[in-house]
Amino acid sequence: MLYLDHAATTPVRPEAREAMAPLLDREFGNPSGIHAVSRRAKDLLEDARERIAGLLGAAHPLDVVFTGGGTESDNLGLAGPALAGGARGGIVTTAVEHAAVLETARFLGRLGCPVAFVGVDRAGRVSPEDVVAAIDGATRVVSVMAANNETGVVQPVAEVAAAARRASPGVLVHTDAVQAFVSRDVDLAGLGADMLTVSSHKVGGPKGVGALVLRPGIDLEPVIHGGGHELGRRSGTHDVAGIVGMAAALEAASKDRDRFSQDVDEARRRFERRVIAEVPGAVITAAGVDRLVQHSHFRIEGFDAETLLIRLDSAGVAAAAGSACHSGAIEVSHVLAAMGMNESEARSSVRFTFGWTTRPEDGDAAADAVIAAVEGLR
Amino acid sequence: MRALVAMSGGVDSSVAAAVMVEQGHEVVGVTLKQWEGPDGRLPTAGCCTVADAEDARRVAARLGVPYYVLDYTDQFAREVVARFGEGYLAGRTPNPCIECNRRVRFGALLDRVEALGCDVLVTGHHARVDHVDGRFRLLAGRDSAKDQSYVLHMLGQAELARIVLPIGEMTKEQVRAEAKRLGLRTATKPDSQDLCFVQGDYRDFLREHFPDSARPGSIVDSDGVVVGSHDGVSGFTVGQRRGLGVSVGEPRYVLRVDAATATVTLGPRSALEVEGCALDEVSFVAGAAVSDGLEVGVKVRYRSRPVPAVLRRSAAGWQIRFDRPAEGVAPGQAAVFYLDDEVLGGGTIVAAA
Repeated sequence: MLYLDHAATTPVRPEAREAMAPLLDREFGNPSGIHAVSRRAKDLLEDARERIAGLLGAAHPLDVVFTGGGTESDNLGLAGPALAGGARGGIVTTAVEHAAVLETARFLGRLGCPVAFVGVDRAGRVSPEDVVAAIDGATRVVSVMAANNETGVVQPVAEVAAAARRASPGVLVHTDAVQAFVSRDVDLAGLGADMLTVSSHKVGGPKGVGALVLRPGIDLEPVIHGGGHELGRRSGTHDVAGIVGMAAALEAASKDRDRFSQDVDEARRRFERRVIAEVPGAVITAAGVDRLVQHSHFRIEGFDAETLLIRLDSAGVAAAAGSACHSGAIEVSHVLAAMGMNESEARSSVRFTFGWTTRPEDGDAAADAVIAAVEGLR
Repeated sequence: MRALVAMSGGVDSSVAAAVMVEQGHEVVGVTLKQWEGPDGRLPTAGCCTVADAEDARRVAARLGVPYYVLDYTDQFAREVVARFGEGYLAGRTPNPCIECNRRVRFGALLDRVEALGCDVLVTGHHARVDHVDGRFRLLAGRDSAKDQSYVLHMLGQAELARIVLPIGEMTKEQVRAEAKRLGLRTATKPDSQDLCFVQGDYRDFLREHFPDSARPGSIVDSDGVVVGSHDGVSGFTVGQRRGLGVSVGEPRYVLRVDAATATVTLGPRSALEVEGCALDEVSFVAGAAVSDGLEVGVKVRYRSRPVPAVLRRSAAGWQIRFDRPAEGVAPGQAAVFYLDDEVLGGGTIVAAA
């Protein structure tokens, strides 16, 4: 089996598994309690919080809010400030965000928040000028992803953040760094962001855990209501094992970045070089711009992605198209549409994403698989 | 061989997949996404829903075979739903299942079988294919109450050579028993009834998607006297008795629907009887046309018994002459020719003649 869908999810790293093991075994405590069992769980939870705060540049550990994943972090990052204090603050975001951001923005729009979606160029990049043009006095949150989940294209978040603040000093800048973290040294200061979303399972931790990291002093309306955990910002008993696993995975990914980038870059280089050379009609998406090292998004003219992915799956190669609907049918990607791709180009686009278990020679195997899958169709 | 099984999430196609697996074939399960709700997802009510796809996915998992949902929404909207609406607007009684089989399932999907790495297309239709003396024959399903050969009449030799219908030899009870034995979660699922893309009444669907079908007009008796009015021809099909909204003594039936003038013509039951009808889109399973004057049994609608008739060919095309005047001959429906349980071919009814 050749797994080329690491952007969907990636295997749990051994560091995460080891860190979680005691919590699945003896350390079962609920951290919100007064007794010794709770105290030990609380200690593990807060240790994880401190380490994540350090990794992502939070000024204080309490500026890390644990959530149920990247999607929830994005929901909280947009709705939290927009709705805080009963307000209906405005949202400015891009047309190529993950659905977690887009759909939250649309939801807030239905609640009466002014919402603007900023377009991108043909490579999928948003320009700071366009973001600024969409900002007005009502804008509360500007959300621009660190890198796109489909194409891997990196957004100029720091430039957007600086321009947005110049235009309107009160805005908060949120960035979804779910895909970027594993290969880029992202933190609040480096991106100039006020809020940053990370997900555990995209970097080798367990699923169902994420975090929203904040600059100090940001008032959030919760989206999950209940017993007031996480300083009232996110209720619900902590998934201590998941959170500890996430902390270990984020740390491991951060330490592993150089090695990761080297191996994955080599794998992608080998893959793209051969596919371009040997498959007529192969086009790499956004090849000329800054994109995450682990993403190879491409199309082969005249071959629909659905058929290609099924042929690859039959050959033991796991890959994806941009987006799939609830039933699993492939949908035309809003990201590619926003980049100006026509429907047939979008419907032939396929995403290979490499990950921490990828070895350089997997790039050759990936190329072989595509060449074989296409051969059979000619 | 490697079999692409079209799985609707119903018990028939579930068992079709299971039979192929038990026979030792490599199986790939697919559900066609044919229609979508307003949010672009599979519908949540009616047929071909998210729940149906989940049933198919679970059955595929149980059988240990790969499963995919393939997007055919564009083709289905163009080739099936648009024709369905246009047919009604032209006063016909179209059969979208037949157009789906002709153009989508045994058209676009069958054309793709090889590209998906498979040798044959398998469906859960109650019908049989046999191969005698180098020729493929299409036969009615063993369970005559569930026979679906009518909606497969357009298949020819090239199609039948690449189609397997594994449950054609089984009765519905046997299919359900097999599903139960295998622990498939679709074992007790009710049969689907309505048009897969319509939730509720198809007339509401027509009014919503084809507003011309909601143009008010007159209801006239066979002598031309206006006996009532209607709010759209989509509410009427030839042979219909109920829901006419008029009361003129003895029972009245819809004889004709003229969409151009929005006129519905009623008459007594005896006036529904026709001596014959003209056909187009005629095809023969064997490829070559049968001889002029052949005596066959003809089904003029899905759930009816074949009636004896003679096939006639003229410069104008094919006609059917019924041995005895026949009822319920509606333009737009298929007329399918049988010799005992063998399907010889069929066509689309154009007009009574």
